[in-house]
This record gives sequence, C-alpha cells and structure tokens, in this order.
Amino acid sequence: MNGNREKGMGDMVEVRLFATFREGRGKVCYLDAAKLVKASDVLEVLRIPQEEVAIYLINGRHSSMEDRVLDGDVLAVFPPVGGG
Amino acid sequence: MENGYNGRIARINLTTGEVRSEELDLELAKKFIGGRGLGTKILYDEGVATAEPLSPENKLIYITGPMTGTKSPTAGRYMVVTKSPLTGMIASSNSGGKWGGKLKYAGWDALIVEGRAEKLSYIHVEDEKIEILDAQEYAGMRSEQLDEELKKVHPECSVLNIGPAGEHQSLLAAIMNDKDRAAGRSGVGAVMGSKNLKAITVSARRTVIPAADEEALQEASRECLRLIKENGVTGGGLRTYGTAVLVNIINNTGSFPTRNWQESYYEQADDTSGETLRETYLVKNAACHRCPIGCGRVVKIGDKVVGGPEYEPLWAYGGNCGVNDLNAIDEANMWCNEYGLDAISTPCTIAAAMELYEKGCISEEECEGMPLEWGSAEAIVEWTKRMGEGRGELAKRMADGSYRLCEYYGHPEISMSVKKQEMPAYDARGIQGIGITYATSNRGGCHVRGYLISPEVLGLPEQLDRTAVEGKAQWCKIFQDLTAVIDSMGLCLFSSFALGAPNYAALLNAGTGTDYTAEELLTVGERIYNLERLFNKAAGMKPEDDRLPKRLTEEPIKNGPSEGMRSRIDVTLPQYYEVRGWENAFPTEETLRRLGLTES
Repeated sequence: MNGNREKGMGDMVEVRLFATFREGRGKVCYLDAAKLVKASDVLEVLRIPQEEVAIYLINGRHSSMEDRVLDGDVLAVFPPVGGG
Repeated sequence: MENGYNGRIARINLTTGEVRSEELDLELAKKFIGGRGLGTKILYDEGVATAEPLSPENKLIYITGPMTGTKSPTAGRYMVVTKSPLTGMIASSNSGGKWGGKLKYAGWDALIVEGRAEKLSYIHVEDEKIEILDAQEYAGMRSEQLDEELKKVHPECSVLNIGPAGEHQSLLAAIMNDKDRAAGRSGVGAVMGSKNLKAITVSARRTVIPAADEEALQEASRECLRLIKENGVTGGGLRTYGTAVLVNIINNTGSFPTRNWQESYYEQADDTSGETLRETYLVKNAACHRCPIGCGRVVKIGDKVVGGPEYEPLWAYGGNCGVNDLNAIDEANMWCNEYGLDAISTPCTIAAAMELYEKGCISEEECEGMPLEWGSAEAIVEWTKRMGEGRGELAKRMADGSYRLCEYYGHPEISMSVKKQEMPAYDARGIQGIGITYATSNRGGCHVRGYLISPEVLGLPEQLDRTAVEGKAQWCKIFQDLTAVIDSMGLCLFSSFALGAPNYAALLNAGTGTDYTAEELLTVGERIYNLERLFNKAAGMKPEDDRLPKRLTEEPIKNGPSEGMRSRIDVTLPQYYEVRGWENAFPTEETLRRLGLTES
C-alpha cells in the first residue's frame, strides 16, 4: 500500500480534507485519476493554494507536490496544525 | 530581586506545622534554571530518591521557573516535582492555568512540602504569609466544587487541589488547578493525598516580576510573540482546533493506537476529531496565564459548560477504547477533572481492562453491571467515576494503573506502558523516533519529554521520514534537552512549535541576567536530563526499564497505512545511549564530569 504503489483497480483518487480546508469543500472529494498527474494537480482542482498546505499524505506517507498520484490513492491534506 | 527569581523558597512541614522561608541558591539556579531542573536537583540532594513515595519522607515540590509570571509569552507554567508512586522514579508534572503565576507574584519561587498532616489540611499562601488550615469539611469533595468553596473563603485566590482520587491515593491521581488544568501524570495527586493535603490556595497583590534587563526582555518577548503569531500552528491551528486536530492527522498516518494498541487505524476517528468537536460541543477556546496561543477547549455537556478534552483523552477514551461518542468522551474527561485523575492513564487503563475482559481474564461478575466492552460509551463514563471514587474491587485495582492491573491478571504484556506509566497517543511502530522518547523518558511513558511528532509528522522544524530510524537518536536527545530547558524556565512546550533555542536563550538571559548561548543552554538541558537519570538510578531503576511493550517490537501493525511496521527500538536505543554518552542506560563518569554532575 505504501512504498510500492502501482496502478490500482479503481480510477478515482480519494482526497480527504481537514481543518480549514473543509470549509466550502466538505470532508472528502473523489477525483478522476486520469486527469491528475502529480500531487499539486489535486490542489489546483480543489483551489487550495500550495503555500497553505503543511502536511500532504499519500496513502499515509508524507509526500511532496511533485509526487505522482495513482488510481486508488488516498490523499490527506492538512493546513499548519499541531498539538501534543 | 531583579532577575526573574523571587529568591525565596518556602519549606512547609506538615508533620510539625513549621513554615520556613529559605533563600534560593542563585548559583544552583543558574546551573539548573528552575522548575523541573531545580526541583529535581533539590529532591535529589535531599535524598528523596530512596524514600517510599507515599510516606512522609517523600517531598512535594511546587516550583515555578524564572520566566513564570514575566512578560514572556506562555509564561504561566509550574511543575510538581516528587518521587512518583506509579513509576517509583522521578515525577515532574507540568501545569498551566493561573496558579503558577500567582505563586510567583506572592513572592515565592517554590513550595517544598514535607511530612504528613495529622488531619486533612490545606495551605493558604497570601503573599509572604503562609498558613496550614483545617480541610476536614472538604473531605471527599470534587475538584470544581472545592475550587468554588475555597474561593468563598479566600476571594481572588487561585486554587490547586486534589479530588477524591488523590484522597484515596489512586496511583493515577492528578493535581488540579484552576478547575480544569492538571499536573496530570505519574500519580502526583496520590503523594498529595498521602500527606493529607487537600489544596493550596494562593492570593497575591503583586502582578509584576522584575527582570534583569527589562528592555531586553521586552524586545525578546516581542520577537517571540511575533514568531508565535506568524507560525501556522501556534498562531492559528491550535487556537482554532485545539490539540484535538491531531486525531485525523495521526490516524491518517496509521499510527493511531486503537483498542489498546491492537490496531493502529480507527475508522470512526473523525467522529472524535478537533474538527467535529468544533462543529458540535465547543463553546469557546481558553488560554493560560500570559498565553497568546489559547489551545484550551471549553465544551458544553447538557447544561454544563466545562473544560474540554485535549487530543490525548480524545484518543485514549476514543479510538483506544473503540468509542466514537464524542459527548461521552467529553463527559468522561470531565469526570477525570472532577475526581482528579490523569486523563491519559485513566482511559488507557480502561482500554487495557477492556482487552482483559475480551480475553476472558476479567469476568462479567467483576464488572458489577457495567461490562467492559469495546466501544461502550456507558462503560468509559461509569468506570472513570468508579475509579475516581475507588468504588468496587475492580475499580480500585484499575485506579492503580494498567501495569498493576494486567500483572494481577497474569498478563503484564497487555499493559501498554513504560516504567509502569501508560504511553500516549502515537504508535511507535509507525513513528520510529517517538519510541526512543517513550523508552528513555525519565518519568515513564510520555510524549512531552521529547516531542518527535513535531519533525516526524508535523514537519516542524523540518520534515523527517517517520518510518526511518537513522538520525532519530540525535533528534531525540536535542528535543529532550530543549524540553528540559523550557520546562525549567516556566514556559509552555507548545511555544517550541514557533521558537528555537536562540529565542529561549534571549528570554532567559534578559530575564535572569545570564549570558547563555543557545548551545550552552542545551547543555543545561542535558545536565537536567542526566540528573533525572541519576535520580532514577538511585531510586532503583534498571537498564531493562528502558523498554517498550512487546506488542510494539513483536507484533507488526495489523491495519491501515502503517500495516506491517514494528518498532526498531533494538536499533535506535544503542544509538541513543551512544549520543548521550551513557552505558547500560546510565551516564558514564566522563559524561557526568562534562556536565558538572560529579560529586564534589
């Protein structure tokens, strides 16, 4: 699920949104994987400025904007938040 | 004095009733700063390491730092330093609210409480005057009501107290202040109960602590305030969502311990998240003395408006007990505050009991009408109340923590604890560095002695690979040392999301007149960390106490994004000892000499 990501069976990407990113967008979006190449494309579709993103997980792993997005991936996007 | 310190410590002997004012040793203060560092030094030098924790020979030190009550942002913290009855080792439990600042304004750097009162008593501090008063009429009273009752007697005071859990010496008992702030961990409330001390009220006329260099402190504080406000976490995220925002983050990394760490991904986590709390029960946020962050939550439960849960109890009552009923978690958390219980160890013990029940070790009869079933909202509320009251045989056993409970049933491996203290809300199989913090924390299972979640998950100050082991030992040491400094200065650890060692050096130097570089200050932190380890050694700690539960090293994560991972503490612990200059879990002579900790 993590390191060896391959083309999955589904053709959708699940994008989970958190904290302020939920405002006006809801908790989760499903995007057509065929129209996406890399992580930054997802943000563009959702109109989230890259500089507002602090944590970007693809299948639970911290990822960069350049990382590829594949069918069946689960993305989680967070603004700067923390705690303890 | 004009150096952040009052220069005075009160020594209060509850056996004899004697109250003495002692001069603060400023040389010692420079070497150990204050708070956690200086408190440990006093306790160690006075031979408390070998005392029975619940005997009159143990001492309770309530100690501020030189920055407590000053203009520095987040300067509202104090420490309770004592020998823990839960771990048998050093306890230093930190709390915010107003009480610490008040004690400082009253003219005291610390209170050292010794002995045992003949009958239930409380201490009233009113500036330089300190009295020991009768508290028998408050016996059995819960924390919030006691706070209100004592304010009728001493208007304008700030109240620190124990609830019924501390009175019956539950090893999970916390010390509460200002109603819902807690020095929560390691059973410090039981020590207070063992001394027949129900409360300490503080009234102070003064509201200013003079600094060595007022102008420099103002400048350093202004700079720190700017950094705190500009930082996305301290300037926005924490205020808006509280620490509870971590629920979704940690769960989405597959490191959210679920059903007593049998799993690490909780499908219903979002039902208990900071986002959901904000949409449902949140009334407003709350801030400690001099805090611009304001991470505290105030929630409504029916008609009541009370302090809300932090991330830790949301996880521990939530995913760790398989419960997704947010209202029930709010209520159980409220009972922790009311009875004065550690809101991490209490729900973690309930989770361990649920696993014992699932495995048939705890019988239905023992549950006396409230089965310990996973996901039971009724059970988390009822068992918290029973533990708080010490009602029933099983609840009494649970009130002494998961280790003793699981050992009693012949399954100590089910207790997810280190040094008999329950580990908090991050699975060290999915996040490798935090496992070093857990294993080597001098006060047992704990995340705030070296919060590696910051770089490993949150990307602060830089993003590390949470699954990697290389380099984590060095990171852990630096975080532990810096944390010891912050805890000793009287500032909040959360400030470190935005501030670094140079900022703390600037604040401390301006406040106290020292001239520490950032590097030297980290060495002071290292000295404090090593001193705590010396205390533990004298208290009987063994190298094998630096271990993680077998579940983390032998059972790979079963589900979610971190499936298949296990802790590599076998690799990281030797690396850690090497960077610390320790052998077999303890500092070498050379390390002690370098840090100025050898006997003179």
